[in-house]
Amino acid sequence: MSAIDITLKTAANEHPIDHLLRADRLPHILCPGCGIGTVIHGYAHAIAASGIPEDNHVCVSGIGCSGRAAGYVNVDSYHSTHGRALPFALGIAVHRPELKVTVISGDGDLSAIGGNHLIHAARRNVDLTVICINNFNYGMTGGQVGPTTPIGARGTTAPEGAVEAPFNLPYLAKATGAVFVARWTILHVREFQDAVLRAMQKKGFCFIEVLAPCPTSFGKSNKIGDGLHEVEIYRERCRIENGAANIEDFDIDLVDETKPIVVGNFVDIERKIFQAHKR
Amino acid sequence: MVETLSADRPPARIDDEARRTQPRVRTGVHFMLGDHACAEGALAAGLDFFAGYPITPSTEIAEHLATRMPEVGASFVQMEDELASMAAIIGASAAGARSLTATSGPGFSLMMENVGLAAMMEVPCVVANVQRASPSTGLPTMVGQSDILQARWGSHGDYGIIAYCPASPQECFDLTVEAFNAADRYRVPVFILMDEIVGHMTERVIIPEASEIPHVPRKKPDFSPGAKRFLGYAADDDLVPPIAHAGEGYKVHMTGLTHDEKGYPAMSPDTHHQLVNRLVDKIRLNASAIERYEEFELDDAEVVVVSFGCTARSARRAVREARAAGIKCGLLRLITVWPFPEGRIRRLVEAGKVQRFVVPEINLGQLRREVERLTNLPVRRLNHAGGSMPKPDEILELIRS
Repeated sequence: MSAIDITLKTAANEHPIDHLLRADRLPHILCPGCGIGTVIHGYAHAIAASGIPEDNHVCVSGIGCSGRAAGYVNVDSYHSTHGRALPFALGIAVHRPELKVTVISGDGDLSAIGGNHLIHAARRNVDLTVICINNFNYGMTGGQVGPTTPIGARGTTAPEGAVEAPFNLPYLAKATGAVFVARWTILHVREFQDAVLRAMQKKGFCFIEVLAPCPTSFGKSNKIGDGLHEVEIYRERCRIENGAANIEDFDIDLVDETKPIVVGNFVDIERKIFQAHKR
Repeated sequence: MVETLSADRPPARIDDEARRTQPRVRTGVHFMLGDHACAEGALAAGLDFFAGYPITPSTEIAEHLATRMPEVGASFVQMEDELASMAAIIGASAAGARSLTATSGPGFSLMMENVGLAAMMEVPCVVANVQRASPSTGLPTMVGQSDILQARWGSHGDYGIIAYCPASPQECFDLTVEAFNAADRYRVPVFILMDEIVGHMTERVIIPEASEIPHVPRKKPDFSPGAKRFLGYAADDDLVPPIAHAGEGYKVHMTGLTHDEKGYPAMSPDTHHQLVNRLVDKIRLNASAIERYEEFELDDAEVVVVSFGCTARSARRAVREARAAGIKCGLLRLITVWPFPEGRIRRLVEAGKVQRFVVPEINLGQLRREVERLTNLPVRRLNHAGGSMPKPDEILELIRS
């Protein structure tokens, strides 16, 4: 029996979010232990709970493993170029402000090649929900370090360990003007889902970082054996600090096991949302 | 004395009120800048969304639209760079907008990444490139025509493209309207390859009645959402598939990856070969419907000048003077450089009257290559790298030689 047969069984057996997934695209390309599936699960549940008609949801992504997320959700979905998901999404959101546009993409896509677009979308306060899946490396190309790789963590382009200071993405998003900023991990399934729901129901630029294991690429270079191992790290080291004001202190250090990984909903403010120059 | 306000004399902000009532189509006879004529052409064509980044000599397009678009309820966005501008107009078009960006050489280079995306996703959009002397920063305020081959081949890979070359402010208006129609008709990015001289030239522009502006709609699905599966990449006989927009309920998926008829990634060489061939063929096989050129004194011509944009203005004068001097000379003025009117040049060659071609252009021979590959006849060239326009005398000298 193929994967499609399994998912398209009788309505009685249907899972509540089955219709929000493109079952005819299964099996997916993601590795065992990858966190992206959990993120898609959370996004789909948030759509179902949002009260916004499903036809009004749009998903845009960039390139990379996380960029494939748009291809698995059964809403109008666009898999754009590397780094350009945000301006692509801006075009949709500005032309059709009644649509609820969510960008799902990776840390490299959104903060390295797309870093300029990230800070300007936040500055403008474009009405977008951004889910940034941070797996600390470029997974699809085989585990190169990027702007979120913690100092000391290894990658194929930093065999002795990363030496550059990484971005603290929630701090970056807050500093550049996002009205809702959160960091969760794929262990925090419910909290993450609630954060996405909150972002969908809010107007303006909402940024949610979600930490996710990449056992195939990041894990193999950093002695994190499988997805479960990294989730155990989240369980042991995560500390929830909702509403914390000092998110500039919340750098992620995977090497020093004594340092906490601080997660939570950090920012929830109101600010005039971006509109094109309409009279 | 302090003026008091009363009901019969409201605090009218006359400027704002007058601006709000400006029509989308400014029917009438104008004395208008080429860049502004391009902007007005876009508005007349139904422009919904503009995203751009300031760059000389195209900035007047953005500045004009920043004033005009709010007047007609359309969206103007100044982006952080040209990468974002190109991505934004594709996104807006995927949501149903007629969308435009305007730029010049360096910005055009940055847009090439997403020109490929628009070609691959088959999202219609229009890019005005007011050419300046290049490469790199070059001569930002001076004329160039050196983006001709970049317009054809600038993004990686094979794909079909359409590019118009206006030679006057009137054509900046007319061809911008046509560019939007061609983009929607063929689901393809379309370029308006202006040049600094045409963009910064002020001439008479006649804008017709709104009802006389041609409008070619996009091909849409012929069934309601949900009735059956929509195939956004299943092409008809004309090789152009129907398009559904974000928010219409058809659950489209669009990707720059090689994709099947549903739009889903399909990593197979066969699918890729078929898809890329269709992207090229939908322009190639429809070329006779797309191609535009003007013939001047061609019937008995022994010397044929092939020219476009501002250079064609000098060329026309040179041809006229050559005729007055008894030389059988004509002008083939290209209005579309892409698709290149190969058939017309072949027919000229086959007719046997032409003895040589003359190709003046403000680059080092980009269009000449295209003419040369179609004929063994001599192709004389007149090239300037940029900043200066060929003078009629110089072209005449070449016609005579």
